[in-house]
Amino acid sequence: MRFISVIAIKEIRTYFASPMAYVVSAAFLAITGFFFVASVSDAFAEASIRGYLAGAVFFMIFMSPALTMRLIAEEQKLGTLELLLTSPLREFEIVFGKFLAAFATTLVMIILSLYFVIVLFVYGDPDIGPLLSGLLGLSLYAAATLAVGLFASSLSSNQIVGLVVGSGILTALTIIDFVSERLSGLASEVLNAFQLGASFSVFDLDSFGVAEGGHFADFARGIISLTDIAYYSSITAVFLLLTVLVLEARRWR
Amino acid sequence: MIKIEHMSKSYGPYPAVIDISFEVLKGEIVGFLGPNGAGKTTTMRVVTGFTPPTDGDVTVGGYDVVSHSLDVRRHIGYLPETVPLYLDMTVTDYLTYMGEIRGMNSWWVKERLPKVIDMVRLGEYRNTLVGRLSKGYRQRTGIAQAILHEPDVLVMDEPTIGIDPIQVVETRELISNLGEEHTMLLSSHILPEVSAICKRVLVINDGRIVADDKPNDLSEKLQHAERIEISVRGAEAPAFINAMRDLSAVVDARSDQRVAVVQNAEREDFLPFIVDARPNMQASEQIAKIVVENGWGLSNLTPLPMTLEEIFLELTTEENLGE
Repeated sequence: MRFISVIAIKEIRTYFASPMAYVVSAAFLAITGFFFVASVSDAFAEASIRGYLAGAVFFMIFMSPALTMRLIAEEQKLGTLELLLTSPLREFEIVFGKFLAAFATTLVMIILSLYFVIVLFVYGDPDIGPLLSGLLGLSLYAAATLAVGLFASSLSSNQIVGLVVGSGILTALTIIDFVSERLSGLASEVLNAFQLGASFSVFDLDSFGVAEGGHFADFARGIISLTDIAYYSSITAVFLLLTVLVLEARRWR
Repeated sequence: MIKIEHMSKSYGPYPAVIDISFEVLKGEIVGFLGPNGAGKTTTMRVVTGFTPPTDGDVTVGGYDVVSHSLDVRRHIGYLPETVPLYLDMTVTDYLTYMGEIRGMNSWWVKERLPKVIDMVRLGEYRNTLVGRLSKGYRQRTGIAQAILHEPDVLVMDEPTIGIDPIQVVETRELISNLGEEHTMLLSSHILPEVSAICKRVLVINDGRIVADDKPNDLSEKLQHAERIEISVRGAEAPAFINAMRDLSAVVDARSDQRVAVVQNAEREDFLPFIVDARPNMQASEQIAKIVVENGWGLSNLTPLPMTLEEIFLELTTEENLGE
């Protein structure tokens, strides 16, 4: 545990010592802000954060791999991975520490964006249930996307490769319904079960995050289902495990 | 402290180290010598637990590097070839972090850090970003992280590569001092360095150990040739070389190709040669006599001591010829 926190604290300090955290936060606030404003500025708009959630779910496909791309790729490039792997650390301590740093940074961004909620309470009467479930879902979703990004970062010493591979995996998981709706029966259902978020929720301004499909829709509606929690937790666990395996495999090369 | 028995390591089908065995005793400073690609770095990576051996047993302080990798890593300080540094951290932050991931608690780091910074003379740079340091100071920072947690065994891969000559001298001094309290395995392809620091030298070539001796004994053993530097005026190069080869004490003769020597000889209108001679046969006298008999002018006749570089070449080329 001590090693995990040592690594996490170091990485968090690196995030906030470089422009990375600030630039990404600014972009996150701008994009989610745009979606939030678009969703609540209709004549009879409902006081919810669904627009914000739709924007956040969309943007994290790129933001999470951008946040994590440095974490392992740079250690390989600088050669510091050799130091980490010859220190009395286990691979999972390295991976989990770095993951926690990225997750904490993302949570800071989510907390910064909570002024949308204050705005809602000032000008409207939002339903508190969907608001909380939406934020819970967003945190779980963020964890899953960061784990995918961290895995992508472990694949090479090139950060851009990490970014492209990470966003690629996340995009594929998001638009999986393009394929599944052309299939039928079991194959279609299996594919649907893997869908990360709703592919059209972002572009369909009327549905704003409540579009069918994906594991995020229920959270946005105020439903906390065990299936969805299990899905995002599994994606997180599986990709963190894969990252550990990649690091372990590196020793044998 | 370090015991390697019949260790081999291959990267895919490419063997990097083939069946090497040696032991480094507690308190010993062993130099690991070889050209680039000989297997030095690979051996060190196995010893430090970075990569497991393909075959054979390697133990450090009694712990096996594969089954007790964490115990091994706890007792080792390692300076890899490319000094691994986080460029956006200050020296103090970097060293504190390195200490912590080596399992030091904050009290121990606080106690130890100023001493280590003094030892490597980084005092005035303690709050400088590592990325702003010159190469020599980065090297010192690298050495500092290796000794910070007071490891029993120090492994240093090419610790003086790529730094300027003055800093090389300082770094060597620093390493020699460290050797007084650590067991040390140090690699280099610069031979005077190894003979200056180490009490024992292992020569490795093509993944095999070709010599294991004290630096002095190594040169004595290989002193089966004397080398003589000679400059003559008025002789044709082929005629001189043939005349030399006819002498009983001479093994071979050739033109001296070293740029400085050639330029100097041209200016003074002399031809420079190198003559390899058999020892204890008064080769210099024989050569001088021939030069005089032929009516050539003799400007310089100096026996050259064999440097470790040449011994090293001798060893590794012999190995190649043997194959």
